[in-house]
Amino acid sequence: MLEVPRHPALTIMKLLWADKFACIAALFLVLIVVCAAIGPYFLEDAASKLNLRGRNAPPFDWSQGWLFMLGADSLGRSILARIAVAAQNTILIASCAVFASLVIGGALGLIAGYSSRRLGDTIMRLADVIMSFPSLLLAVIVLYMMEPSVLNLVLVLAITRIPVYLRTTRAEVLEIRERMFVQAAIVMGASRMRIIFGHMLPIVVPTLITIGTLDFAFVMLAESALSFLGIGIQPPDITWGLMVSQGKAYLHQAWWLSFWPGIAIILTTMSLNLLSGWLRIVLDPVQRWRLEMGGKNND
Amino acid sequence: MKSFIGRRAISSAVSLGGLIVLVFFLTRLTGDPTNLYLPLDAPMEARDNFRVLHGLNDPLIVQFGSYVYDVLHLDFGESIRKARPALEVVLEAFPWTLTLAVVTMGLVTLFAIIIGSLAAARVGGVFDRLSGIMSLIAASTPEFWVAIVGIFIFAVSLGWLPTSGTGTIWHWVLPITVLFIRPFGLILQVVRGSMISALSSPYVKTARAKGVRQRAIIFVHALRNGMLPVITVIGDQAAGMLNGAVVIETIFGFPGVGKLMIDSILQRDFSVVLASIMVTALAIFIMNLLIDLLYAVLDPRIRY
Repeated sequence: MLEVPRHPALTIMKLLWADKFACIAALFLVLIVVCAAIGPYFLEDAASKLNLRGRNAPPFDWSQGWLFMLGADSLGRSILARIAVAAQNTILIASCAVFASLVIGGALGLIAGYSSRRLGDTIMRLADVIMSFPSLLLAVIVLYMMEPSVLNLVLVLAITRIPVYLRTTRAEVLEIRERMFVQAAIVMGASRMRIIFGHMLPIVVPTLITIGTLDFAFVMLAESALSFLGIGIQPPDITWGLMVSQGKAYLHQAWWLSFWPGIAIILTTMSLNLLSGWLRIVLDPVQRWRLEMGGKNND
Repeated sequence: MKSFIGRRAISSAVSLGGLIVLVFFLTRLTGDPTNLYLPLDAPMEARDNFRVLHGLNDPLIVQFGSYVYDVLHLDFGESIRKARPALEVVLEAFPWTLTLAVVTMGLVTLFAIIIGSLAAARVGGVFDRLSGIMSLIAASTPEFWVAIVGIFIFAVSLGWLPTSGTGTIWHWVLPITVLFIRPFGLILQVVRGSMISALSSPYVKTARAKGVRQRAIIFVHALRNGMLPVITVIGDQAAGMLNGAVVIETIFGFPGVGKLMIDSILQRDFSVVLASIMVTALAIFIMNLLIDLLYAVLDPRIRY
């Protein structure tokens, strides 16, 4: 049967629909990204307006309006609004760190895999050195030394994650360069750049994106931990990890201060994990049919 | 065997040396401890005396040289904060972290192997689904949040467990439970994956044909071969824990190496930072050696 060629976006939607969990996860992530993108413009005022009468207002108390459905913090600021505003920093830091480490690690991996032996070995030893450091310790020292700003935080997180992409890319390149189509390209006189970017990169990128999705969750948790320890983002800037940390002092009176931002972190990482599982299946030609069958169990 | 240990020792020593150099200079960039330890209105002479006493007046490179010289003579310097030998301070904190790591990883290994093997024995069954859900949750929850919620529920609301500190055996319950989650989810997946491939190998078919019981096939025949990749991951996770479960130790006020390192960095107590790095590095080196030996025990084909 001939299949009618469809728009690629439609195919992706269909594949997503086949995995209900991934579908929900994707919807949730879209919501978070929207929050991060436009939340601060609409809710900045609500998130920073003090309301001393509503101090530590409990959640699910509708008398204060829907903004206060998750309760209020120690200064009477709406927790829902603060979570929406904090989404921006949280997502921004994690995505910048992942993007930077993916691009740098990927590029170094391509070089390490497809250039002279010596250069490749040097790069790998460098990666080993980074990996042998206790990354949290390094982050603490570096952030304590420099001002803990968004940029520095991104830098520290990106450096510790580079080896992951570097190793994966190199391993893939070493395998791909022996394949027939690369040999053919060499024989036909394709330039080095063309082989690397035209022939190898398209095969490596899907793997990197899958790892990146998973890593996004990891980086987000690492950033939260650093902010929680007080060496990440500094107030009045805010991230989810910092909100959990600030709520710790009020654990006896108001558990919801730490609880809801933690739930936001968990739901986001969980969605990312689910989505990366789906991506792994979609990008794997051997397994893709499972989703193309429409999610029906075939065994 | 001897040459193998020697080679490993050399390569570990090289990377430890790099780490020491880096940390030595980085920590010194954080600032002068004098300003932290002496009152603001301390006279100039007191400041100079303090600097001379702790060797902070020399050029950095001279400080580094004398530090290396001392370390080679097994003198790890003095803790400024506690006015005691740095090594003593570290060796006091290390057993706490070691116990925490050993108990947690022991429990993780036990539970991950049992549940992971049962999951692999019947892919798609109850245990398989359970293990899938558990590892998804474990991969997505921030430890500090679980710790706080745990404190709120079990210490504040129910009053069953102490909030923090040490003393009784009950103080260990919450930290170990919280530390348990993440490695458990990860190792569970590794056990499941490697057991699935071990269970589909020919010798398992032979054992089945002989009429060996299912339980013996899983836990005797397949497990021994399935353990190799699992041990690698267990080693990685244990190494991370030996480096100090910083967040957990901070939340629960646990006097381990992780908390000691963070406190010492923030208090510019340089020699304690360096001494704890060296002690944990030695512990991790010994652990890795034991793991390599364990490989050879489990799989006689591996020789060094």
